[in-house]
Amino acid sequence: MVVFDKPHALNDMPFHYCPGCTHGIIHRLVAEVLDELGIEGRTIGIAPVGCSVMAYDYFNCDMIEAAHGRAPAIATGVKRSDPENHVVFTYQGDGDLASIGMAETVHAAARNENITVIFVNNAIYGMTGGQMAPTSLPGQVTQTSPYGRDVNHCGYPIRVCEMLAQLEGPEYLERVTVNSVKNIRAAKKAIKKAFQNQLDGKGFSLVEVVSSCPTNWGMTPQAALKWIDDNMLPYYPLGVYKDRSAAKEETK
Amino acid sequence: MAKLTFKTDYCKGCGLCVDACPKKLLQLAKDKINKKRHHPAEITDEAACVGCASCAMMCPDCIIKVER
Repeated sequence: MVVFDKPHALNDMPFHYCPGCTHGIIHRLVAEVLDELGIEGRTIGIAPVGCSVMAYDYFNCDMIEAAHGRAPAIATGVKRSDPENHVVFTYQGDGDLASIGMAETVHAAARNENITVIFVNNAIYGMTGGQMAPTSLPGQVTQTSPYGRDVNHCGYPIRVCEMLAQLEGPEYLERVTVNSVKNIRAAKKAIKKAFQNQLDGKGFSLVEVVSSCPTNWGMTPQAALKWIDDNMLPYYPLGVYKDRSAAKEETK
Repeated sequence: MAKLTFKTDYCKGCGLCVDACPKKLLQLAKDKINKKRHHPAEITDEAACVGCASCAMMCPDCIIKVER
């Protein structure tokens, strides 16, 4: 009996990601959810600019490559063109969603656009060589903050889930991580719920996945996973930040 | 007894599976080099493997197939 195998929605192309990069795990979780919900054939994914710019090479569903940060805007168009049949997800990093694409993200959430957003937060610009991102932690050393992020000069990191939770629009916001088997299971549950919300027509669902970047953080993959626990999670606490349907159930 | 199949040439030798195994049955093969020029992961004692698939869950490159 096969206990575990590569999901059908991922093809055989080897990932171009660095050794130990958790993008591969998140790709697989999305693909597993597409398989389990049986929606691979009608799913359209929107790839971002960033490390996952070539995500379209790895998924068996249809994919569109968006301009930097504009994935939620393209997802809006694709979803509205055939809301009954299209299942649309965007897959974005923190330099894409939280920086140049902030306007698109906030307005898609405010409109409660019926799409699923997978937001990979690794606190750094990975693809361009490790510059400071809007989500880089205070004091974090990056290529453009060699003495550590000075909050008096560069401001504070943005907590995307907390920020979007202030809006009336979004249906579901959750932050998860993938640094252990237990957390991977929880992350998959959250991603599945985000897709199920879209199938049920509930609206904007965003899952923020706290991820690692061993290469640009300058550590081994193992140390990077531990760094998530020690440094990322205190600033970016895991949990559900908004779940409108569940809140409605409670008030009934 | 479980059976693990590794797509050895896809392995990048990150070692996350080695740490994920609750019974510490995996290692990076120091005497082997794959097409990507990494030491690939391998299982040391397949008979002791219970097939929990923790290694496969953790593998970022999805190279491990687990059968039980």
